[in-house]
Amino acid sequence: MRGLETLRMQIRMLFKRGREAQLLDAELQYHLDRQIAENINIGMSPEEAYHAALRTFGNHALLRDQTREAWSWNWLESLLRDFRFGARTLLRTPGFSIVTVLVMALGIGANVTLFTIAHCVLLKPLPFRDPGRLMAVYENSGEAWPCNVVAPGMYSEWVRQNRSFPSLAMLGEAEFNLSTEDSELPEMLHGAAFTANMLPTLGVAPALGRNFTVAEDQPSGNRVVLLSWSLWQRRFGGDPSIVDRTIRLNKQLYTVIGVMPKGFAFPNAATQVWTPIYSYYPAARMTSVAAHQFAVVGRLNPEASQAQGLADISAITLRVHNAHLDNPFVSKAANVKPLIEDIVGDIRQPLYVLLAATGCVLLIACLNVANLLVARAVGRRKELAIRAALGGGRLRLLRERLIESLLLAAAGGAAGIALADGAIQWLVCTRQDLVRVETIHIDGEVAVFAFGLIALCALLTGSTAALGATDRKLLTVLQDAARGSSAGQGRTRLRRALLAGEVGLTVVLLIAAGLLLKSYARLRASDLGCTTKNVLTMRISLYGGNYNEPAQRVNFYALMLERVRALPGVEAAGMARTVPGDGYWGDSDFAIVEHPPLPHGVAQAAIDREADPGFFKTMGIPILRGRTFDADRRLDQANQTVVSSSFARQYFPNEDPIGKHLHYDGRNWEIVGIVGDARYELSQAPKPIQYYPLYAGSLNNATLVIRSNHDVEQLALPVQRIVRDLDRDLPVSDVLTMDQLLGKNTADASFDATLILGFAMLSLALAAAGIFGVLSYVVAQRTSELGIRMALGAQRERILTHVLLDGMKPALLGLACGLAASVAVVQAIRSMLFATQPLDPAVFVLVSLGLIVVAGAACMAPAWRASRLDPMQALRME
Amino acid sequence: MGKPSDLVQGTLDLLILKTLSLEAKHGWAIAKRIQQVSGEVLQVQQGSLYPALHRLEQQGWIKAKWMESETGRQAKFYSLTAAGRKQLEQETANWSRLSLAINLVIEEV
Repeated sequence: MRGLETLRMQIRMLFKRGREAQLLDAELQYHLDRQIAENINIGMSPEEAYHAALRTFGNHALLRDQTREAWSWNWLESLLRDFRFGARTLLRTPGFSIVTVLVMALGIGANVTLFTIAHCVLLKPLPFRDPGRLMAVYENSGEAWPCNVVAPGMYSEWVRQNRSFPSLAMLGEAEFNLSTEDSELPEMLHGAAFTANMLPTLGVAPALGRNFTVAEDQPSGNRVVLLSWSLWQRRFGGDPSIVDRTIRLNKQLYTVIGVMPKGFAFPNAATQVWTPIYSYYPAARMTSVAAHQFAVVGRLNPEASQAQGLADISAITLRVHNAHLDNPFVSKAANVKPLIEDIVGDIRQPLYVLLAATGCVLLIACLNVANLLVARAVGRRKELAIRAALGGGRLRLLRERLIESLLLAAAGGAAGIALADGAIQWLVCTRQDLVRVETIHIDGEVAVFAFGLIALCALLTGSTAALGATDRKLLTVLQDAARGSSAGQGRTRLRRALLAGEVGLTVVLLIAAGLLLKSYARLRASDLGCTTKNVLTMRISLYGGNYNEPAQRVNFYALMLERVRALPGVEAAGMARTVPGDGYWGDSDFAIVEHPPLPHGVAQAAIDREADPGFFKTMGIPILRGRTFDADRRLDQANQTVVSSSFARQYFPNEDPIGKHLHYDGRNWEIVGIVGDARYELSQAPKPIQYYPLYAGSLNNATLVIRSNHDVEQLALPVQRIVRDLDRDLPVSDVLTMDQLLGKNTADASFDATLILGFAMLSLALAAAGIFGVLSYVVAQRTSELGIRMALGAQRERILTHVLLDGMKPALLGLACGLAASVAVVQAIRSMLFATQPLDPAVFVLVSLGLIVVAGAACMAPAWRASRLDPMQALRME
Repeated sequence: MGKPSDLVQGTLDLLILKTLSLEAKHGWAIAKRIQQVSGEVLQVQQGSLYPALHRLEQQGWIKAKWMESETGRQAKFYSLTAAGRKQLEQETANWSRLSLAINLVIEEV
């Protein structure tokens, strides 16, 4: 009963507060009027009666306030009042508020962006059923290849014998040329080929249609494909009748049996079609236990641990190894890691480093805002002291301070979230190569993080500022403020400490950025072993139809190269399996015919590349000895090979390789030339390479390279026209200049370095602004003191140095702390550095000098102003 | 002005509840009544009376209604709720016990 009554009361007090306030006034007025009436009754004059009544009544406003304090929701009302008051105070100084909100927005925005990426990419479970039990299974081929891709024959044994993985599925790359349809251009599609049990293993079903059957996953199986959602939308208009229709891939008819759900990006986001693995790859290759080329994914038995699974698979591998002792390429052991680890393992460290960097930026931003708030509080010292003297509770004043910083943080946070949203959209667009990029978006957990961050910033800045601004000695402040003579030293000390912290963090960021930049510069400057200027590359794949015979392929290559070389502007053109700097792409074993046979179970392998005779000249890979392939030797006649100089050094230590023969791919090849080393990856030292003639005709996909003396990109269209004229169904893909290709392959390094540099510069600007602000304030406070000094004969130069040194003190302290911290921190990014020592002295010295210069510049303006003071003016300012 | 209440802490609530136990009254009448009945000994200040009234109302011991007063003007009349009546009994008992105890102590010494 009473509960209901009080509830009704609370609701009324919450929603009809204005009406209640009027009623209270009426109630009190009634009391007053009765008092007046009574006073008149006992014989006072009306005026006398009125004043007497007012006297007994006391302070009307106070009475009203005291009564209202009895009301429920009073805390809410006063909180709202504080918010209103805070907002009004902030709006009175729009410059300060805008700067603070901007600083906060940058800090919070950067953090929310990086957190969103790290959270989505690293922490979100894979979009598969019970993803924790999905494992990537590898062969362990010794120290050089602890996680080697799997040979199909080995996979078959694993499937047959293992007890830990109820389902094991295999996956390989697949490329498809989608032929011209209607008026659309042909297109090269990245795809994947997997076993029929892959989708059930992952626990994913097609959105439309069905999965492959086991019967289709056979060399003799019907040609079927699953399309990605985006390909289906883009090329087929999202027409559901696509299921059971045929499309032409690699000039053959494939039946579309289904469409995968939106967001299914396995093994990566570029994959657009999936086909059964045993029908895609030649049957002859699918029994080898030594040709490592596929990825294997398994679902671990609920009773089995990862270690048990590994032991199980390793034991099987060893058995297979022991059954093939004659083949040195059969692995002895296996490796197992969680699938998520396999997918995001490489990107984890860079993301955490970036996240740490944004954390530093936010901390600096908070310190800076706290600094500004302290400065502001100092300006309001008198106001606050008067309010405290009039009875403003300490806690109440503290709450007001916190509310002010909460308002700032909230506004900054809102702007920051908008900023983060934009940044994420930009990032997702520009970095499509990032793993799991399709999962990145702002979700509920990110929102919670953002709100937490805002609260944290508010608390951090507000309490730091309040800590520095609470004055225990009111009287001193009031007197101090009245005289305006000397600035409180304690407060400046706090501000200097904050500054030193900012500078320290900035130094750490600058050093990290410097190291990453230097590493990236080294990476891009490392000698690839070939020319990269004005070289255009493009991929051409001769799949299916009229390219099944080696002669057909050789004819196409020769005809195309002849026409391309005839184009005006083309200096040279060539073709090879791939160009330097574009990755490993595989190796093959070989034997040297003239050498005694290798001991049983020992083999040697080196990277193999097919190239046409003009490739070395086009790429600027020098022919050191001998010559290139003879252009007129084709097919079976093409039996020459060219080796790189490190190949010659390693395998022919004290003899001349020219004229010797390599046994490779079942044939003998004569070494006719030695060419310079070229790196397969910018960050890796050159490895031995064996080159074989493209005109032997075994290769069906290759990179065309064109060199020009200027503006090579203009040649892209004419070359594509030549290809179209030769075969209108043949797509040309990955049209990139060498510079673009290398840029793409080093995008991670440049991305990390650029972002960290950006954050470091932001921090530097914030720190410089902080130094400038504090010193300007100190100078303003000391105007009269400096004036007196000058009046007494102090030299302007002395004043300048004095103030300058005063301002540099926190910067130098911060620099020292930052350098000390960096020594530890740089060890964390050691593995991200290429040919750069973590304790690179040049970077440390440069950062120190740079920081001193920037800090000096920030101090210079206030110091200069101090030294230019007019003593009379300064003294009159009192 | 001294402390908001010159009365023993908590007794004002009891006095208000008691005063309202016979009939609904407005603030001025409550103050007058306490003053008269106590033989002009207890002076209830507005500064204590109105916060107390509003607090009791928030707590649900008394309820208020705007009615025409004896002078013909609208005034806020307070009356006891059922819960307030119980509270009055309890507080009265408490007070009796307390004053008895105090008397015992004073007479003994």
